[in-house]
Amino acid sequence: MISIVDYGFGNLGSIKNMLDYLGHENEIVEEPAQILHSSKIILPGVGSFDQGMKALNEKGWVSVLNQKVLEERIPVLGICLGMQLMTQDSEEGTEKGLGWINAQTKKFVFPRDTSLKIPHMGWNKVNVMGDSPLHRQLTELEEIRYYFVHSYFVQPLETDNVIFSCNYGGGFCAAFQYDNIFGTQFHPEKSHQFGLKLLHNFSLL
Amino acid sequence: MLLADGGLVKTEKFRNAKYLGDPINTVKIFNEKEVDELVFIDIQCSQQKKKPSLEIIKDLASECFMPLSYGGGIDSLVQIERILKIGVEKVVINHHAINHPEFLSSASQNFAQSTIVGAMDIKKNLWGNYMVYDHVKKKILDISPVEYAKRLESLGCGELFVNNVEREGTYLGFDLKIIEMITAAVGIPVTVCGGASKLTDITLAAEAGASAVAIGSLFVYQGPHRAVLISYPSFNKLKELLSHA
Repeated sequence: MISIVDYGFGNLGSIKNMLDYLGHENEIVEEPAQILHSSKIILPGVGSFDQGMKALNEKGWVSVLNQKVLEERIPVLGICLGMQLMTQDSEEGTEKGLGWINAQTKKFVFPRDTSLKIPHMGWNKVNVMGDSPLHRQLTELEEIRYYFVHSYFVQPLETDNVIFSCNYGGGFCAAFQYDNIFGTQFHPEKSHQFGLKLLHNFSLL
Repeated sequence: MLLADGGLVKTEKFRNAKYLGDPINTVKIFNEKEVDELVFIDIQCSQQKKKPSLEIIKDLASECFMPLSYGGGIDSLVQIERILKIGVEKVVINHHAINHPEFLSSASQNFAQSTIVGAMDIKKNLWGNYMVYDHVKKKILDISPVEYAKRLESLGCGELFVNNVEREGTYLGFDLKIIEMITAAVGIPVTVCGGASKLTDITLAAEAGASAVAIGSLFVYQGPHRAVLISYPSFNKLKELLSHA
């Protein structure tokens, strides 16, 4: 069973619909106790870093998530803000992150004369980096594209952990893997065939 | 995609709304066809002074495997907040901004600019000049699309959506002249809508300066009798169409 964690940030309907479409058993969970028996976790989220962390802390998610992810080591996928919450901290706020991975969340900074807008919003090409089970069926495509909406990005300390890179005023980490811990800055649930393949790969882990 | 009474409709020059089917089913077909973005406009909200239906928007957002925009009846920041929270990427604001331009500036200050799309409908006046059109009062206003586009940009809109009433649903092709004039006047992306009759019209609109092209009839009808059949070109076809633009 894949649990989609609902801590009050955004509509999780499209993630659920995509997993339903792929035929993978899943449920949206609102209580930490509901993930005790799950085999995989998706941590979505749209919003600010501090609000996200506060919600996880206040609703008692952190210790249960730590147990599932760090001790039982079940696969977990963070999407957008969910990915950023896995890092140590963020330039967006003052709260400590979940700290599962050796990475920080940084703000996009561009020179004044650039036409690049923040947030980075829209479809963008990604490049396959290293080797990951999430790459399956994607590497053979001519071009891999995902839909992004974000003003901050994750900077892993070790670039080995980057599994998709993207370019927006410079290269940044579009997705990472640290053993059982995965994160995507883009929205697979809004990226039709590319997102379907990626969520299918995650579901098969 | 136009919504009315919870159904999907298609109009011609903003009239004669024909029922096409259930919007959710249509979204499912567009998912299969890997459409890059969907825009839903509820054409009744402003006309009938109805609020946007959060229920319908939520159903659509859940079903879409691609980003979506919603427009229709938006006149408060609370509505924008709720709609974005539901999982909609952008909100399209048209009628309310005609008499309340300050609404756009507060919207773009309260939310990311890139989520606020300023929309205008344009129509020719008696002298054959394009003017902004108020679709609720059914009145041609005394402001040119170019001036209005600049105003929308200065109010903080991240994007413009221009719908040509004269061409909407007519298959007469885009009016490229006015597209050139509007896109030359602003620095933000402009999506144009109204008139596409064949795929090569996409190329022409892009060459005229449009950042994106919105298409209704051409993708929902098939054949001379306008039978409802959803279609969408492949990504490679689109790439080819836009390769020189």
